[in-house]
Amino acid sequence: MKNARYVARSAAIASRALGEETMVMSAASSTLFTLDEIATLLWQSADGVTPLDEIVRDKICARFDISPDVALRDAEDFVEQLAAHGILLISDQPIASPVLASGEPR
Amino acid sequence: MSALAAEMAARALQLGIPLSAQLDLTYRCNERCVHCYLDHRDHGEMATAEILDLLDQMAAAGVFYLTLSGGEILMRKDFFEILEHARALTFCIKLKTNGVLIRAPQAGRIRALGVESVQISIYSHRPETHDAITKMPGSLRQSIRAARLLRERGVRVIFASVLMRQNARDYSGVKALAAELGAQFILDPTITPMMDGDRSILELNVDEEALREVFRNEGLVGNAEEFCAPPQGPDADALDCLPCSAGHTACYVSPYGDVYPCVQFPLPSGNVRCTKFAEIWRHSPQLNDVRSITLRDMPSCSLCAHGGTCTRCPGLAYLEGNMRGPSSQDCEKSFARTGIASENLLAKKAAPQLRPPSQLIQIQSLPQAVNSE
Ligand code: SF4
Ligand code: SF4
Repeated sequence: MKNARYVARSAAIASRALGEETMVMSAASSTLFTLDEIATLLWQSADGVTPLDEIVRDKICARFDISPDVALRDAEDFVEQLAAHGILLISDQPIASPVLASGEPR
Repeated sequence: MSALAAEMAARALQLGIPLSAQLDLTYRCNERCVHCYLDHRDHGEMATAEILDLLDQMAAAGVFYLTLSGGEILMRKDFFEILEHARALTFCIKLKTNGVLIRAPQAGRIRALGVESVQISIYSHRPETHDAITKMPGSLRQSIRAARLLRERGVRVIFASVLMRQNARDYSGVKALAAELGAQFILDPTITPMMDGDRSILELNVDEEALREVFRNEGLVGNAEEFCAPPQGPDADALDCLPCSAGHTACYVSPYGDVYPCVQFPLPSGNVRCTKFAEIWRHSPQLNDVRSITLRDMPSCSLCAHGGTCTRCPGLAYLEGNMRGPSSQDCEKSFARTGIASENLLAKKAAPQLRPPSQLIQIQSLPQAVNSE
C-alpha cells in the first residue's frame, strides 16, 4: 500500500474562481493556468492536511461518475504537473500552515 | 495578452465579472511630475479598514488582476498592511510606483509577498531630464536603485515612460537602461487631461513628427509596415465590438472610494463608502451606459476609415465632452501612424477653438464623491 500524500496550495500564487473554473497564476513565472471543475475541487481541497486519496474519494468520486483508481491516477498526474510549476506543494507528511487563504474573502 | 488570458477575459465578460481593477491608494506624491493629472491634496482618503473591506468585496466580486497605484503608494504608512491583506486574498498584484521610497527592506517585503510585477516611472535615462520632469532632484538615481533592489530579489520590473516634449528622444535610452537591469519597458504616447477636465497639460504632447518616429520604431511597435498600414475601414464585426475593457471587465476606484470605468475614464459611477462594490459594478446606471456602447453607436468613429484599427479611448473621448464621440488625441495618433487624417481631425484643424479646451467639459461629481469622514 502506498504512503499517503498531502497537497497544499503554494503561497506564491494568485488565484480566483471564474464561474466553475479557477484561474491560477504562478508568481515566479507569471504563467497563467486554468483549472476545470474537477481540478478546481482538488485545488480547493488541497489544505495540506487531507490526504490526496481522501480528497479524491470524498470530493471527486462522490460527485462525478469516475472510478476511484482512475481518479486517483489522474489526480496524481495533475498534482505532479502543478507542483512542477511551483503552484502546489506535495509531501508524504501533512504540510503545516503552508498557504495563504484559498482566494475566498473573509 | 496570452491566448489563455484572452479566453479568461472573454469568459469574465460573459459572466459580468470585473476581472481587473485599479485601486489608487492615495493621490499624495513625493514627486511633482509636470504631466501629472492628479490633485495631490488629500481630500479624505479611505482609512485602512475601509480599504481592507473593499479588497474583501473586490475578491468576492471576482477581481483577479489588481493594480495598486497612486499618487505614490508608499506614501501610505499602511501600505504593507494593505498589500499583505490583498495577497492573502490571492489577487494577482501589480504595483505602480516611482520607487523613491523603496529600499532593501521594502524590496524584500514586496518579493516575499509574491507581487506579480512592479512598474516604475522612468522618463529619461538622463538625470537632468528625468529630475526636471519629476521636479525632484536625485529622483532618477533613487528610482533606479529601487529597480536594482527589486531585480536582485527576482521581482519582475517594468519601466514605464510617458512621451512628452521634454523627453521626446529619450525612450531608446530608457529602453536600454531597462534591458541592462533586466526590466521590461513600455512607452505611453498619451498625456491624460487633468481629472477635473483641465486640458492645459496636453501642451506637453510631442509634435506629429516625433510621434511618427515612435510609430515607425520597430523596437517598440514590431512590424512597422503592418502597424502603420493604411486603414481598411471597420467591417461588420468591428462595428459590434466593444470599445475596450473599461466598465466591461475592468474598473477603477479612487482613494476616496469613487468608482469609475477606468483610471482614464473619470465618469463617476458610484462610491464604495455608501454602496457595496458589487452593487455598483452590477447596477450603476453610468457603468450600464458605458456597457451599451459599440462602435456602431458612435456617429463619427463608425464612419471613420480608422474605425477598425484606431486605439480610440472612450475615457479620453469622455474627457473631451462625449464618450460616444471621437478622441482627438487618438485621431492624432491614427494620423501619425498612417498619414491619413480623420474627418474629426480635419474639422478640428479647420475650425479655430473658440473656448479654451479646459472649459469644454465638466466632470460632474456624485454627491458622495468627496467624502471626508
Ligand atoms: S481605452 Fe481608455 S478607457 Fe479603455 S481601458 Fe484603455 S485607457 Fe481605459
Ligand atoms: S481616428 Fe478619430 S474619428 Fe477615427 S476612429 Fe479614431 S477616434 Fe474615431
